[in-house]
Amino acid sequence: MKIGIPKNGRFGEFGGKYIPETLAPAIEELEKNYLKIRNDKNFKKELGRLLIDYAGRPTPIYFARNLTKTIGGAKIYLKREDLLHGGAHKINNTLGQALLAKRMGKKRIIAETGAGQHGVATAMACASLGLKAEIYMGYVDTLRQKQNVFRMELLGAKVHAVKSGSMTLKDAINEAMRDWITNVDSTYYLLGSAVGPHPYPLMVRDFQKVIGIEIKKQMKKIPSVVIACVGGGSNAIGTFYPLIDTNAKIIGIEAGGKGVKTKLHSAPLTAGKKGVLHGMMTYLMQDEDGQISETHSISAGLDYPGVGPEHAYLKDKNRVEYKAVTDDEAINAFLILTRTEGIIPALESAHAIAHAIKISKKMKKTESIVVTLSGRGDKDIDIVKEYLAKNVKNKRKV
Amino acid sequence: MSRIKEKFNQLKSKKETALISYIMTGYPSEKATLSAVRGLIQGGADIIELGFPFSDPIADGPTIQMASTESLNNGTKIDNFFSIVKKIRKESNIPLVLMTYTNILYNQTYLKFISRAKQAGIDGLILPDMSIEESNEYVKAAKKIGMDTIFLVSPNTEKDRLEQIIKSTSGFLYMVAVFGTTGVQTKIHKYTLDALKNTKIAAKGKIPVGVGFGVSTEKDVQKYVSSGADAVIVGSANIKIIENTPANKIQTRIAIFTKKLKNKTR
Repeated sequence: MKIGIPKNGRFGEFGGKYIPETLAPAIEELEKNYLKIRNDKNFKKELGRLLIDYAGRPTPIYFARNLTKTIGGAKIYLKREDLLHGGAHKINNTLGQALLAKRMGKKRIIAETGAGQHGVATAMACASLGLKAEIYMGYVDTLRQKQNVFRMELLGAKVHAVKSGSMTLKDAINEAMRDWITNVDSTYYLLGSAVGPHPYPLMVRDFQKVIGIEIKKQMKKIPSVVIACVGGGSNAIGTFYPLIDTNAKIIGIEAGGKGVKTKLHSAPLTAGKKGVLHGMMTYLMQDEDGQISETHSISAGLDYPGVGPEHAYLKDKNRVEYKAVTDDEAINAFLILTRTEGIIPALESAHAIAHAIKISKKMKKTESIVVTLSGRGDKDIDIVKEYLAKNVKNKRKV
Repeated sequence: MSRIKEKFNQLKSKKETALISYIMTGYPSEKATLSAVRGLIQGGADIIELGFPFSDPIADGPTIQMASTESLNNGTKIDNFFSIVKKIRKESNIPLVLMTYTNILYNQTYLKFISRAKQAGIDGLILPDMSIEESNEYVKAAKKIGMDTIFLVSPNTEKDRLEQIIKSTSGFLYMVAVFGTTGVQTKIHKYTLDALKNTKIAAKGKIPVGVGFGVSTEKDVQKYVSSGADAVIVGSANIKIIENTPANKIQTRIAIFTKKLKNKTR
């Protein structure tokens, strides 16, 4: 299976560019510049240097010996994106795009953020490259990820709390797009996930695929199973893409929230329907009229009603299996990994860990699972604390 | 001939510019929508643009966003929308244009949605997030059913692209006046007037050019009329009136405001 550059901006039938006309010249300019720079040796060299010296690449593959022993079954390896500067894989993409923006002569950068990791990574990249950053973040997310708001501000970025709609990631994207429409000439929109109109899904995949390339190099043989969590799907597509043409089984994990049979989840690939949002055709959570549904996940970074078009394509082609993991299962995995390995994972990544725990028991000891640990969990400790307190109360009631 | 085309022909012979007035369906209620429509007709609007709310209106500014959210919170569904359109059709033959977002159509398939809209009495469609690149299937479905497809162009749309968009446009061409979302008040820029001139040239008199986004006062209307617009589109200003008017006075107040604007198009 070969994907490469999507033809007419589409992965199969998914993707495209459904955009207000005002953005058309900007998207065209972006596409032109990106396709040119994509193979530019100097650009690659400069970005490569930054990824090593500034971001801390390559990240290790860690054999989770204690976790493997506790669960029994296949060997579990962790791709440690949590060790990157800023604490998540997001910096891979923000450095790439900020460098592109700079080459394009744009001085003002806008971005959206859910959990705040992309916002922080944008603020860092901009600070280091001398660009001005403004970050849109859903009001609800600013409350549950306070620490990241302050980090962005410390890094010199301006944070706009978005109070429209569900006040989460999708509304932050809406507001960032409105800003871009208004300031289209001066502004570069630095999208953080593998979503949006073409060429964003391609660009974000290109900048994130370093994850999968390193996995391939670091593992002695192709792993039996590769797992990553999927919100918009940037760490997942970065992990999966270089492994598509191997015989590894590939699994993407969506946020099952309180269960995909309830309405309280963020799992469009598992329980959604095709539609058009944020410039792309993909699987979406929506009602019978086509209104986008409010989503739920304990992890702000997965709390999004859509998914990157390349994932939609990989699902329909049956190359990647997409499953959902609930809040409860994610918390459980968070606790297990923390206690067995001394690694506190981001709640997003804990979803992927949960699925590895689920399937490794049934696998042979000679088999291996690589889980992309997309970020560290320091940002989530208040949420976990609150969750545990509530659950203890609930149990007492019973 | 479509109702929209017929209307523009009539206005042309009278040397008038069209006044296109927008309101959001179901804001603040179904009843208020009908009152506002009556007020628009009474005040002399030439074409009515009915918004159908979408959860994520990226091309809209705060006023229409607020109206969308409230309309959805009031439970406005597609079925209500079509029944309102049918009610309007019992009272008037005025051209009706639906403005909403692509997913609302996509969800039912373009063909099914457009035929339902046509049946209810809608004459044209405006989808601010439907780009020309992705519009094949949509335009094909609309042509088949006899629905006008009103595309948007922007002051930064280049000539080749403009010509391509005009080819797919029927009814009228919607020129966005400003870099920004709907309803943002600004002065009239030189770049807008230049763009209007260029758009008119590209349209070659074959398709009327309407100007919208930030058009809210008599002065705005007058300026665009004298600059050669074939239509002016007023939206957020109507929503603001509806927002600040008790239900029983909506018809009258909308009629008065519309009449003032319409006078500037003659």
